[in-house]
Amino acid sequence: MRRMMAAFVALLLLALPAAHAVQPDEIMPDPVKESRARELSRELRCMVCQNQSIDDSDAPLARDLRLLVRERIAAGDSNSQVLDFLVARYGEFVLLKPRFERQTLLLWLLGPVLLIGGGLALWLQIRRRSRSGVDVPAPPLTPDEKARLAALMSDEPKSP
Amino acid sequence: MIAESGHYALVLALALALIQSVVPLIGARLGDAALMNVARSSALAQLLFVGASFTALVMLHVNSDFSVANVYENSHSMKPLLYKITGVWGNHEGSMLLWVSILALFGGLVASFGNNLPLSLRAHVLAVQAWVASAFYLFILMTSNPFLRIASPPIEGRDLNPVLQDIGLAVHPPMLYLGYVGFSISFSFAIASLMEGRIDAAWARWVRPWTLVAWIFLTLGIAMGSYWAYYELGWGGWWFWDPVENASLMPWLAGTALLHSALVMEKRNALKVWTILLSILTFSLSLLGTFLVRSGVITSVHAFATDPTRGVFILLILCLFIGGSLSLFAGRATSLKQGGLFAPISREGALVLNNLLLTVACAVVLFGTLYPLAMEMLADFKMSVGAPFYNLSFAPLFALLLLAVPFGPMLAWKRGDLLGVMQRLLAAGVAGLVVVAIVWAWVRGGSALAPLAIGLGVFVIAGAVTDLVERTGLVRLPFATVLHRARGLPRSAWGTAFAHAGLGVALIGIVCETTWNSEYIATMKPNETAHVAGYDLKLDGLFQRQGPNYREMIAEFKISRDGEAVTVMTPSKRSFTTRGSSTTEAALLTRGASQLYVSLGDATAEGAIAVRIYHKPLVLLIWWGPVLMAFGGVLSLSDRRLRVGAPKPARAKQRLQPAE
Repeated sequence: MRRMMAAFVALLLLALPAAHAVQPDEIMPDPVKESRARELSRELRCMVCQNQSIDDSDAPLARDLRLLVRERIAAGDSNSQVLDFLVARYGEFVLLKPRFERQTLLLWLLGPVLLIGGGLALWLQIRRRSRSGVDVPAPPLTPDEKARLAALMSDEPKSP
Repeated sequence: MIAESGHYALVLALALALIQSVVPLIGARLGDAALMNVARSSALAQLLFVGASFTALVMLHVNSDFSVANVYENSHSMKPLLYKITGVWGNHEGSMLLWVSILALFGGLVASFGNNLPLSLRAHVLAVQAWVASAFYLFILMTSNPFLRIASPPIEGRDLNPVLQDIGLAVHPPMLYLGYVGFSISFSFAIASLMEGRIDAAWARWVRPWTLVAWIFLTLGIAMGSYWAYYELGWGGWWFWDPVENASLMPWLAGTALLHSALVMEKRNALKVWTILLSILTFSLSLLGTFLVRSGVITSVHAFATDPTRGVFILLILCLFIGGSLSLFAGRATSLKQGGLFAPISREGALVLNNLLLTVACAVVLFGTLYPLAMEMLADFKMSVGAPFYNLSFAPLFALLLLAVPFGPMLAWKRGDLLGVMQRLLAAGVAGLVVVAIVWAWVRGGSALAPLAIGLGVFVIAGAVTDLVERTGLVRLPFATVLHRARGLPRSAWGTAFAHAGLGVALIGIVCETTWNSEYIATMKPNETAHVAGYDLKLDGLFQRQGPNYREMIAEFKISRDGEAVTVMTPSKRSFTTRGSSTTEAALLTRGASQLYVSLGDATAEGAIAVRIYHKPLVLLIWWGPVLMAFGGVLSLSDRRLRVGAPKPARAKQRLQPAE
């Protein structure tokens, strides 16, 4: 009987195909745990695919990982424990959202730093320019121009 | 014979491009009009020869000439004619040929419609176009020749990758390339102006329509690619933050920034240096995108290392053009005079903020895409950057941007009145808040941010409408006057409103789809019924059918709602014998902007089948948004000011005085 069962399971596994993403037979009975599993699956990378999460991927490896995640959840792990477990096994590569640490500092901080730094710099520059009224200091008048200006100024009262 | 002619035509195009790269510049240096005019004729001749070369490849594919390696590897005699044609650009060599054809097309357009450009500017622009073209002709001829023959021709081809045999992906690459390559025009204009050391508001007026055309195509191209992924890949995802997608998103972000900064430059003669830099950056990002997609560096650094010829060649082109143009910029930019002062709170200020947010967003995407590569190469640290990262880093930037969008068009140039604009936007803001409250009270589940995001979307749309209402005087004035004013309103004002509203529409679609998507995954046997989001789906049966170059298994679902029959849906799964691969053809039922989505997994031995059913509320808004944006772009393009293209030559001369 056990051998028959094993053969049946093997047959089932063979017939189970690389269809897309979560398979009906993977789904956990507890919907809360299942939704946790789905949430985690979206943050985990299928390592043999091109930038796909295991939730999206139809690769056999992704299926194994999905089952592994569910196994850990069923065993009572918290979300972060599941992630730790997978990182310990497969390295940081498995995380689609890299952890905030030394190697990823630049990646995480780039956006905020650019935004705040750029915003400040622009604000100061625009304010300075609009306050000063001129962007480039005007070159001093040539003697010719000074003479013409003086002529104009002295003319002014006469003109109507 | 056709293959050899095509190959030869491409070589001739290269020769013409080389002439076009040099002769017009000599002409400009010597002030010789005849030499400068060489640019025009050689650009047109180049277009002719590349066109001939491309046509030759299309003919080879249509005739199923399997003695040509490219046709053998990507075609099949049983393939439908449409996909024989579109298969031309469904592979590396063919798509590069399409790339240069579009480049030549844009060059030809500048040559034929650029009669009102100053002669030396046109000569410079076309020469720069020719540099880019020469580099890519060389790339094709040396590393990716589509016309190579096979010594002993096989009888049958290996067929095109089945997921590419789809109308969505047939149209997507040409659209995307029209966008990518279209930005080469603003790049060439930027380089030309740096070389000439002269730039002014008229420059922006010439560049803007070209940028707008490229932007419209890129917008539609990205949207179409996203919709294709949604219905073809079979799990209803529409954006994956895949490096290939990022490669198209980055030029779009930079190009959007460019459109807005060119506006400031045209209207107020300010932000010149920045606009030039953005023109360079936008096309550089297009080149980077081409590199990322075509070199295989994304799939893995190691794959790139094992066959580096193509990658290294494009990398060289990339370094040459980006490095060269940025050095030229660094050397010459300081000589460009700044003009047009403005207060921080002003239309210009708002557009600067737009540029800041778009550029930072673009930098985040760029970093996210390249960081893992750099870490792997430099620190031997393997990491991934995926959707959850971008959701955290990119989304807030865009939320800020959207919050600012309605303010921009309402602020006055030079010095705006923020308080006044806030009062005028009060109605739009209230509309947004009311929607937040309604959504909060009405729906259950999902993130607490979702109602806020929907409110933001409504605010953006209402803001765009408010702007139009104010400009036409609707409500205040008699209807006849309103109609008259609406007709008198510049098309570009309509374009702005549509494009901005499109952003809000897309946001609402994105939030609804990701938050309230219902999903049902199960193995179903015939006559079983699934219940999803109020619909009952009864599996009637499974059938087999033979297609032209595939076999498909079709499942027939009777859909009903509240006991009333709605329709029949027939998702299928196609197996392509030649490649031994299969595709899922999802069935879609559209109700308003929402869709019911059914796709098939595999059949089990007991005659059951794995089924995935989704109900995606308001999902179509995700793509209606970009269509609205593109429509806004077209309206803006049809504006009289731009349609005339550029000032008449007499006025042009007057405008071309160096800006003070």
